[in-house]
Amino acid sequence: MEDKHMDVQDIIKPENRVYKKPALLNDTHMHYCPGCSHGVVHKLVAEVIEEMGAAEIAIGIAPVGCAVFAYNYIDVDWIEAPHGRAPALATAAKRLQPDKLVFTYQGDGDMAAIGTAESLHAANRGENIAMIFINNAIYGMTGGQMAPTTLLGMKTSTTPYGRRADLNGYPLAITGLMAQLDGTCYVTRQSVETPAAVRKAKAAIRKAFENSMHGKGTSVVEIVSTCNSGWKMTPADANKWMEENMFKKYPIGDLKNE
Amino acid sequence: MAKIRGAVTVNTERCKGCNLCVVACPAKVLSLQPKEVNNRGYHFAYMSAPDKCIGCSSCALVCPDACIEVYRVKVDE
Repeated sequence: MEDKHMDVQDIIKPENRVYKKPALLNDTHMHYCPGCSHGVVHKLVAEVIEEMGAAEIAIGIAPVGCAVFAYNYIDVDWIEAPHGRAPALATAAKRLQPDKLVFTYQGDGDMAAIGTAESLHAANRGENIAMIFINNAIYGMTGGQMAPTTLLGMKTSTTPYGRRADLNGYPLAITGLMAQLDGTCYVTRQSVETPAAVRKAKAAIRKAFENSMHGKGTSVVEIVSTCNSGWKMTPADANKWMEENMFKKYPIGDLKNE
Repeated sequence: MAKIRGAVTVNTERCKGCNLCVVACPAKVLSLQPKEVNNRGYHFAYMSAPDKCIGCSSCALVCPDACIEVYRVKVDE
């Protein structure tokens, strides 16, 4: 019989541990701003690869953008792609080594702007890769400029009075396009702002990676994310703003699941 | 009746004081250090009410820098 007023030090023992940093996530200090969604997604990718026992066969394709240093943080093999060309590199890697787990990690600039052609055509060809798409509706790395996914009325450093449809066009929901392509087998949109959402996002990433290994076609996991520095909010406020505004244009859920 | 007790440890040098764990905690266990900072100057998170922790891992799940380890134990009353 243990005392109900047991000391905290009695609880903190290795046999009682229920959650720890995944081993594949390096000790390197991540350069992301405090509260950035990238950190959570990196953690989920590391956890999924670890749980699948795929550390030796995983090849990640890092993008250009804030996640450019992903290869410093997750301890698997990485290729750094020129801006937007991650799906093209992933195509090559997967075709040359079909038994490897090949995934891309792309931001909204990488997938929805400069790399739209590569991304859409890789998905249309049905390459057996998984694409993780971080959509935070802004160019975080270069100083908060408007991205194709920026919402109408949203203030960025290049749309200081808010995005206007007549001047800047409409926000691009690129995963909606991908869901219509015959090459994709699984297209989903997730978020990581609450513990429940994090669990769902992890399951989605796992499914995408398994699809890639089973040769079912292209899987796309969009993570609707925050960029609290670019949005000029605190991390908690940014999460709330995302729930109130981003989810209207980018509703959470599976767009395609075959 | 058995009761669940939990505890967390925070890697204070890795913590960036983003406050997301404090917001996510359903039992209001965590706070940011009001004055103390780590080597990078961030007010890191700590257990301000350790007795309330239920070991649910919510804080660790939303932590972008994976600095939280969670421990859970069943206690007989």
